[in-house]
Amino acid sequence: MSFINYSSREINCKIVYYGPGLCGKTTNLQYIYAKTNPEAKGKMISLETETERTLFFDFLPLSLGEIRGFKTRFHLYTVPGQVFYDASRKLILKGVDGVVFVADSQAERMDANLESLENLRTNLKEQGYDLDALPYVVQYNKRDLPNAIDLDYLKQYINPTNVPDFEAVATTGVGVFDTLKAVAKQVLIELKRGR
Amino acid sequence: MSSTPMVLFEEEFKQITAICDQLHRDAAATAVFLVDKNGQLLANSGETGNLDTTSLASLTAGNIAATGGLAQLLGEKEFAIQFHEGEKDNIHISLVGQRVILVIIFDERSSLGLVRLRVRKAGIELAAIFEIIHQKASESGSTVFSEITDDDIDNLFGDG
Repeated sequence: MSFINYSSREINCKIVYYGPGLCGKTTNLQYIYAKTNPEAKGKMISLETETERTLFFDFLPLSLGEIRGFKTRFHLYTVPGQVFYDASRKLILKGVDGVVFVADSQAERMDANLESLENLRTNLKEQGYDLDALPYVVQYNKRDLPNAIDLDYLKQYINPTNVPDFEAVATTGVGVFDTLKAVAKQVLIELKRGR
Repeated sequence: MSSTPMVLFEEEFKQITAICDQLHRDAAATAVFLVDKNGQLLANSGETGNLDTTSLASLTAGNIAATGGLAQLLGEKEFAIQFHEGEKDNIHISLVGQRVILVIIFDERSSLGLVRLRVRKAGIELAAIFEIIHQKASESGSTVFSEITDDDIDNLFGDG
């Protein structure tokens, strides 16, 4: 749920990166953090385990500029991808304005992708959201790996509703900003509609 | 379907800021923050210059969310108050009107008893204002953003 402050002339929105464990959600945020001007970003927070797996969430506040004199701020969150952190994932989806599903292109992660996607729908539903009515984009990450599956096959299963989707290599930044821009744009369009 | 945006107008913003200022003085606190349950900072008062307020808001909301999850597991509706004691600074976190989080940072110049006492009074006042804010938000169907154009949005992303 976005937050509009007429006094400070700010608009804040929440975007959540979802996907199976080790698909590259945190890497997306790390790349965005590394490539954004210092004045446009806040501190990136990662609540992670000792082995650098996301424990609760990563958080990155970003300023995108002004629309009609209002500063637009996006709060980017990732969820912990590991299956047993489901309770935490549900909490992070609260108040979400837009979702990025990061799929792992490796053939052996296909089941994990589908499980995570199903989990996303279920958890959104529990919060009263419908994935098909939310700003939503899909990212196929790790396209550079030799065991990456055919794109058409991925699309067929991961993106049956044909939302905007992007090929990515989050470690080098390929597709990272395209994904972010696409979801941020959808969020603003929803806001314009008066949601 | 996402819920309606939270909209804070000038008038209510001034009111909640005034309450935070008053609470800051009455509780002899270092700083006072008001945070939306989704992690958005709504208002603050006191010595906030050295603090990363955006991170504070996000982590507080995460904390409240996690504690709320624990409460549900135990069959409780919510744990409305949290207190974290540090060597120098302490944090008192409480829920106001089910939706907003009131955060008080204080040191040895104040005490937990005083903070709890003052928070109770301020909490009632804040809850009443947020009731009005919610009403206004659900009544006013359109915001300034109803008028933005596709070009406005494109321009925002123009320089990549």
